Amino acid sequence: MLTLQCPYCGVQCDETELSPGGEAHLTRFGPGSDDTEFEQYLFLRENPRGVHFERWRHAYGCGKWFHAARCTMTLEVFGTYPAQVTEPPADLIEKIREKRPGWRWRDLA
Amino acid sequence: MSTRLATGGRLIDRGARVEFTFNGKRLSGYAGDTLASAMLGAGQTLMGRSFKYHRPRGVVASGAEEPNALMGIGTDGHFEPNQRATTQELFPGLTARSQNHWPSLEFDVGGINKHLSRFLPAGFYYKMFIHPRPFWKHVYEPFIRQSAGLGAAPRDRDADTYEHYYAHVDVLIAGGGIAGLAAALAAGRAGAKVLLVEQAGHWGGRAPVDGAVIDGKPAEAWIKDAVQTLEDMDNVDLRLRCMAAGVYDHGYALCYERLTDHLADKAGPRHRLWRVRAGRIVTATGAIERPLSFAGNDIPGVMLASAVRDYVVNWAVSPGDRTVVVTNNDDAYRTAIALKKAGLEVPAVIDARAAPEGPLVEEVKSLGVKVLSGKAIAKVKGRKFVTGVAIAAQAGEGAVLEEIACDAVAVSGGWSPVVHLWSHCGGKLTWDEAQAAFRPNPDKGPTGADGAVFVIPAGAANGEMATSSVLSDAHAAGAKAAGADAGDAPTAEVTAEGPIAPVWMMPQGAKPELRAKAWLDYQNDVKVSDVQLAAREGFESVEHAKRYTTLGMATDQGKLSNINGLATLAHALGEDIPQVGTTTFRPPYTPISMGSIAGEARGALFQPLRRSPLHGWHEANGADFEPVGHWRRPYTFKRGDESREQSVAREINNTRQGLGLLDASTLGKIIVKGPDAGRFMDMLYTNMMSTLAPGKCRYGLMCSENGFLMDDGVVARLDEDTFLCHTTSGGADRVHAHMEEWLQTEWWDWKVYTANLTEQYAQIAVVGPKARKVLEKLGGMDLSAETLPFMGWATGTLAGIPARVFRISFSGELSFEVAVAAGQGLALWEALMEAGQEFGVMPYGTEALHVMRAEKGFIMIGDETEGTVIPQDLGLSWAISKKKDDYIGKRGQEREFLASPDRWKLVGLQTLDGSVLPEGAYAVAEGTNANGQRNTQGRVTSTYHSPTLDRGIAMGLVKDGPDRMGEVLTFPRVDGTGVEARIVSPVFFDPEGEKQNV
Repeated sequence: MLTLQCPYCGVQCDETELSPGGEAHLTRFGPGSDDTEFEQYLFLRENPRGVHFERWRHAYGCGKWFHAARCTMTLEVFGTYPAQVTEPPADLIEKIREKRPGWRWRDLA
Repeated sequence: MSTRLATGGRLIDRGARVEFTFNGKRLSGYAGDTLASAMLGAGQTLMGRSFKYHRPRGVVASGAEEPNALMGIGTDGHFEPNQRATTQELFPGLTARSQNHWPSLEFDVGGINKHLSRFLPAGFYYKMFIHPRPFWKHVYEPFIRQSAGLGAAPRDRDADTYEHYYAHVDVLIAGGGIAGLAAALAAGRAGAKVLLVEQAGHWGGRAPVDGAVIDGKPAEAWIKDAVQTLEDMDNVDLRLRCMAAGVYDHGYALCYERLTDHLADKAGPRHRLWRVRAGRIVTATGAIERPLSFAGNDIPGVMLASAVRDYVVNWAVSPGDRTVVVTNNDDAYRTAIALKKAGLEVPAVIDARAAPEGPLVEEVKSLGVKVLSGKAIAKVKGRKFVTGVAIAAQAGEGAVLEEIACDAVAVSGGWSPVVHLWSHCGGKLTWDEAQAAFRPNPDKGPTGADGAVFVIPAGAANGEMATSSVLSDAHAAGAKAAGADAGDAPTAEVTAEGPIAPVWMMPQGAKPELRAKAWLDYQNDVKVSDVQLAAREGFESVEHAKRYTTLGMATDQGKLSNINGLATLAHALGEDIPQVGTTTFRPPYTPISMGSIAGEARGALFQPLRRSPLHGWHEANGADFEPVGHWRRPYTFKRGDESREQSVAREINNTRQGLGLLDASTLGKIIVKGPDAGRFMDMLYTNMMSTLAPGKCRYGLMCSENGFLMDDGVVARLDEDTFLCHTTSGGADRVHAHMEEWLQTEWWDWKVYTANLTEQYAQIAVVGPKARKVLEKLGGMDLSAETLPFMGWATGTLAGIPARVFRISFSGELSFEVAVAAGQGLALWEALMEAGQEFGVMPYGTEALHVMRAEKGFIMIGDETEGTVIPQDLGLSWAISKKKDDYIGKRGQEREFLASPDRWKLVGLQTLDGSVLPEGAYAVAEGTNANGQRNTQGRVTSTYHSPTLDRGIAMGLVKDGPDRMGEVLTFPRVDGTGVEARIVSPVFFDPEGEKQNV
């Protein structure tokens, strides 16, 4: 059972307090988008063997959505941050780069 | 025969005799006995029958790894099957029953299977029971059902209670042997918060039995001092009878504490499940001795050498007068020494190694014991008990050189570190050639949130077998877990031991008839020949071979058999053991009770119940409740000896003709407020909500981004900035979460606030032709059609209670939904019941609600929708704004297969004979599909008997349905007959809406 720190209330949450929300930093494609864009937005997801950016909600706590950078292999958590951003914070990316040389996620590296 | 020795027994109290029964027979032992030691002490070596062949079985081990001595313990509501006699502590009045036999343990009919064993090899069930087909039902299945399963399932409800316990510690230490104690001392002295758990009822593990000397003291004295020191530390918590059952992600662990299993007084919780979050977990879980594979190694009297030693030293129980020791390592010589010291005969030590030597071997020889080197057991003689062993050369095929009479055999095939907890969360293993065992690979441990390895194996569990290295390793592990410098570890006297010789088959070239009697897995009756057959038949992966043969799949999870089994497989495949690898270790380490998993969550506490503010009134007035989400809602209010159907019909007729009251408090009520509320509402709903005028209501549809309909309800605009969204009863929390998700993660710059006020209001639907009259009688508000038209709302006071009245209808009748503060709901309800008497008021339940909405052709989320239905399928295109650029689900609904004209669409269905269509029935079409099944062209989504129309009515989704009015479809029933129904409009009653518009 994972633990993640909620960046809003600071609580080190047990997984049972959280609800998962899949991949973070999706760009919404609405009316006017073509089928490929819409498919990408709605269905196609990263499935890395390594560091991943995920959405979580502190459902049984403060109720806020946040993002986590977590390695799917080792379960190491590199950091959590509020969901109101379009890309991960620069210092977090730097931390991942340092520990995982050659790491890639979408167009981040 | 086994018996109690006149002296000795470090764990028993000879002053406290304890009576118990086994299969109804009265026996006695001593306080401190396990059930197994007491039974052996009473001469009861036969303890059960095996699972498949019903062979007689006795106890093999002395601890948690025991495969054979499984008992049904207790009676009635306290009965539990498959309990290991070796871990069940004796208490006065204990009732035990053996398993897998009929009619009795001594004489068993199923034992016939053993004569059929050559016809029951691995995979037999898969191969044999397929043909001929009719045999399955009449021959094979009854046979398998008779013989399947281990002990009998309990018949009574569990009379015990259980609890959960939560702990957060720096260091959890699993195992209270000398390794666990040394680790706890190191971690405790470093100031860490430590929880030390030991599965048995005493500390120290097996070091005292093995005669260890630590820090110059006998092990027993060192253990006593260590426990005392730890008990004096405020930061250390010690628990006996508490097993670390499983290790999970990020330092989570479950520990299983047995509180009353060892007591006659069963007061209080029986088991306690500890839910532990630990910074580091030290696994000091020791090692388990492996048996050797030779013919007849399952006959009662053949036991692990370490277990024989335990029974003699701990409980003063002799497993037999003459015990032959058979081994491939030096450790088993300690058993010969212990037996001789207890005054028992050891006719020979049979050592598979060519030239065993060292101090232990010399000591045994000096005690006058014959050591036969390079020899093997060809076979054990005896049936229900051992009568002797036939000796052969280990290098040969089993030609008998001599026979030795004996009544017990002590076996040692070497030791396997207990790596289960290390492996649960992904810790990898490495093959230690010198010790012929898997041990933790320190470079590949399970990692925690911080990226560091959080499980630290210690002592024998880490592959350190000598007492001195156990202590130094465990001390270092404890210090490391606490993040401290190691300092000085306890020291122990070192006894030199010669190398082990890996022996996986005895003798190494054993002939087929011997291999077919050499057991690997005692509990599931898997033999060497079965694993070899699996390999020949192509089950090369260890995971496949396991499932094919059932090796290691019993309740003991192969604690004794796994390594021998995979070594046998590797040998059969011509591969090395590490290449074959192990099967996956999964929690729990030993079975834990279902009760402990449930904890307090049973009966009334199984899940929280949501009650409307009127719940008490409903209970007092005959409500027949049904679950709706976590709510309990009245399905109907039965009177006298009415049936449910009669009661529902009465409620409907009364509401349509006079006056009905519905508790609608469970309806979701969510406030959406802010300068951007209108903009947000336009995205949430398919309709245009931003144009709704304050004071007005509008029915709205909510879709997921896929386009599928997820919820519906009436929206009221309270003021320019504020909307009140009604949701389905079960959907309120989900819809609120949906709103928050979009607000927080997509449109976080929009100025909108949401609040779920569902439980803040009681809401009562006042329904029927007399609805306005009763409200006017209560007084306080002008509710005339002119002042409050259909789909309007107003605030005021009714019967002196501040209220908000919505003029909305889900029944087709004149209807007002009155919302008041939750605390005043009952007062309003009672006022309505009293004032309504002259109008014939009756409360109605959810079923009347459902039938009345179906009569009107109103959809119900969860009936007409199931996650793949879009509003357009349901004839709800009128509720989808054409003017809006965007709403959640709009793009989804433009996808090809959702925009297709071929989708099944909503219609009414009216049976030709007036009967009620079966729930969920499909309408068949011409022809068959690729699987030979009839093609379908529609299905029933809602179906009821309508008291208003006095016939069955239904709604359904039918291909091209709205264009096929009047056509007749056939719906097959489960019994093979069919029922015909005509496609009609879904609005069965008052299609013009005249009744609600008065």
